Amino acid sequence: MSEYILEMNHITKEFSGVKALDDVNLKVKKGEIHALCGENGAGKSTLMNVLSGVYPYGTYTGDIVYKGEVMKFHHIKDSEAKGVVIIHQELALSPYMTVAENVFLGNEQCSSKGVIDWTKTQARAKEMLAKVGLEHENVNVPVNTLGVGKQQLIEIAKAMAKNVDLLILDEPTAALNDEESAKLLEIMLDLKKQGVTMIIISHKLNEISYVADSITVIRDGHTIETLTKGVDDFSEDRIIKGMVGREMTNRYPVREGVTIGDTIFEVKDWNVYHPEDPNRQVLQNINIKVRAGEVVGLAGLMGAGRTEFAMSVFGKSYGQKISGTVKMNGKEVDLKDVRTAIDNKLAYVSEDRKGNGLVLIDDIKRNMTMAALRNFFSKNGVVNSNEEIVKAEEYKKLINVKANSIDQAVGSLSGGNQQKVVLAKWMLTQPDVLILDEPTRGIDVGAKYEIYCVINDLAKAGKAVIVISSEMPEIIGTCDRLYIINEGHIAGELSKSEMTQERIMGCIMADNRKGE
Amino acid sequence: MENKKVVNIDMRQYGMVLALIAVYVIFAILTGGKNLSPANINNLIMQNGYVVILAVGMLLCVLTGNVDLGVGSIVATCGAVIGIGMVDYGWNMWIAIIAALVVGLLCGMFAGFFIAKLGIPPFIVTLATMLMGRGLTYVLLQAQTKGPLPTDFTYIGAGFLPTIKVGPEGAQIDMVCIIVAAVVSVLIVLAELKSIATKKKYGFAGNPVWQLVVKNVVIIGIVWFFFYKLACYSGIPFVLVLMVILVGLYHFITTKTVAGRQIYALGGNAKAAKLSGINTEKVFFWVYTNMGILCAVAGIVLSARNASATPKAGDQFEMDAIASCYIGGAATSGGIGTIIGAVVGAFIMGILNNGMSLYGFSTDMQKIVKGAVLLGAVTIDLVSKRKK
Repeated sequence: MSEYILEMNHITKEFSGVKALDDVNLKVKKGEIHALCGENGAGKSTLMNVLSGVYPYGTYTGDIVYKGEVMKFHHIKDSEAKGVVIIHQELALSPYMTVAENVFLGNEQCSSKGVIDWTKTQARAKEMLAKVGLEHENVNVPVNTLGVGKQQLIEIAKAMAKNVDLLILDEPTAALNDEESAKLLEIMLDLKKQGVTMIIISHKLNEISYVADSITVIRDGHTIETLTKGVDDFSEDRIIKGMVGREMTNRYPVREGVTIGDTIFEVKDWNVYHPEDPNRQVLQNINIKVRAGEVVGLAGLMGAGRTEFAMSVFGKSYGQKISGTVKMNGKEVDLKDVRTAIDNKLAYVSEDRKGNGLVLIDDIKRNMTMAALRNFFSKNGVVNSNEEIVKAEEYKKLINVKANSIDQAVGSLSGGNQQKVVLAKWMLTQPDVLILDEPTRGIDVGAKYEIYCVINDLAKAGKAVIVISSEMPEIIGTCDRLYIINEGHIAGELSKSEMTQERIMGCIMADNRKGE
Repeated sequence: MENKKVVNIDMRQYGMVLALIAVYVIFAILTGGKNLSPANINNLIMQNGYVVILAVGMLLCVLTGNVDLGVGSIVATCGAVIGIGMVDYGWNMWIAIIAALVVGLLCGMFAGFFIAKLGIPPFIVTLATMLMGRGLTYVLLQAQTKGPLPTDFTYIGAGFLPTIKVGPEGAQIDMVCIIVAAVVSVLIVLAELKSIATKKKYGFAGNPVWQLVVKNVVIIGIVWFFFYKLACYSGIPFVLVLMVILVGLYHFITTKTVAGRQIYALGGNAKAAKLSGINTEKVFFWVYTNMGILCAVAGIVLSARNASATPKAGDQFEMDAIASCYIGGAATSGGIGTIIGAVVGAFIMGILNNGMSLYGFSTDMQKIVKGAVLLGAVTIDLVSKRKK
């Protein structure tokens, strides 16, 4: 038997005449962790869907050789029967079912036909959880009571229960914070020792260089190269070069010609309580100031309260018993609802563009004008649809939204382009202050760069920009100054020259120790 | 500007109109042309007036991703108010109409309050108003029919605009219809020219000329066909005027106003709408309040047409209105649908009903066919979308 557990040879897959994959080759050695890198839309997910039988045999050309045999998967069940299991980016857990039920969802442990053996289910669930480092977890609680990090591990346990030989993880750490991500990577290394072969798709290149044994880079539906640990250069810059086809020496565009002005946005003594629990204080005495033309970061771990802060300021969209003052351009304002916040020239770009930002079934232009419609595109309640088209075309060009026309539904765009539409939507409200919450989550390197350019342009235009990001290099690369938020309060403030990942983490750790 | 780009006509919308014409032609053949008679065309409009009015209001509910089940009952309640007021208390017609509108408004606000302010699912709230409204109607009318209502009032449901009859005895036609048809034709052409002019001014790509010509010729053809038939009968029914005004108004609201956009945004993604400064509670409240008012209008028209108020009035109207919206291409998940679509849907249902009655189908058979048409229309719509 060859050293490869999987060989995908000359895979070509077309969608109505467009080649999503063009003669792609992927070879995965038995027992390794193989990373698949590429920009969004490069064809990574398509390739994995071909492998797992989502696109059945016959709809693509080329061979899949798995454990020395040519495979013809017609359905995802076929591939699972052979031990190939894919874990998609979106969690496929049923939130109100228990951990044990979820681990054996679709793979129920039965005593006789169709009758579930609960004792066996629980015992086996414990076994599976032990393999992913959750041996002390109660298997009888609903999964939605656990954090996202643990849920991701339960997904893996679920795959383990299917006797997996080849595990495919699509963006497993996208929704996890640094600590949870680190834990997941350790589990992956542990699984490798147990003999599981893995393919990982991720945009977090530092994680890939840490965990992977080899990396295959895909660009525009072609395999570009395969790098092997110990042989090739595994640095992030090297991988990016393969992904984008050019050297990206500067991932963060330089901001030039910005004059930083007076403080135009100020929040004082901001206190917020949990929306469902009036006794639980989520934010304590937060004070921040942002000047015109300044980009200020809010760093912190996931769940530190940054999104809650932004949303509570933005028209009291989060929490209750909110106290504190907001000053815009030196004047105290009461942003009692979202409409008032928009009228006072504050904009909030949500971290969840699909859930909170866009109407996916609607077209680009209507999404772009959704928030500004009342103030800038209507007269006496009647919409000026011609003006709307002109502006939408202008912004499509300005921030380079890649789409056939402004009449295209935003649901059909890639993540990066969707993010640009959301940005345009808020730029069209002509704000003075923009809060960008995770503006580059889940989008590729090229689109990220373009978003950073937009941030620079906003600063140049004298706007105050607040960036919330869990990616520390990003926040360091884009911000002039940053506040570190930890457990609902400000744990520190760093100027440009003081910003390093170590200092940010150090500040959070010191704050945690203080709290104990 | 890219002039190469050609805006294509939205075939879905036209597909429905073609389906409407096809159904009509099929029944014309089956009934040997009976459904083409002037009297029948007139009936078609008078019988379907209230379904169209309700479908218009229902579309707004459907756009939010919900329905209003209480429609038929509220129609009956408003009719009962008119019947009791005019027959038992001798109210002036205008007072009766205002009273009915107020009752409709209050019913709508009642549902709107529970849905918007308290967050109770619309399905439950309107299921309750359906039961309560029907019960209330029976209580008010003491299970009796109130009538007859005065002719001044029945004009709303059964009357015609003044006519100018010309031509030989027995084959007289009404000039008012012809004049209206001519004016409408001119307006359609002018509106198209204006739209072309604005598109030029902004430098947008337009449709190819032949497409516009075909489209407008078909529309003008339909207009002339209807008005000619009406001219041969008794002229323009008042219900038609009311219907056109309401359809025009709501078409304008849904396509051209901020309020209309807010309904679509809410239906498409309520959370995103909220974070874009749209007061979703307010939108919900007014959508259901509006439905209540339109129920009152339908109740007025229905009682005027029947010249009486009966406790069973409006039974299952909500189902016709809901079916009209879905046949007309609205999505059950909300955010998609048009007023014109709902009106076309209502007429497809109406023509089916009318054609089957003329052909001699029993009402039981009619229900089977209507159910099948609803299921078929939505299935074709969804399956064709999935293929794309």
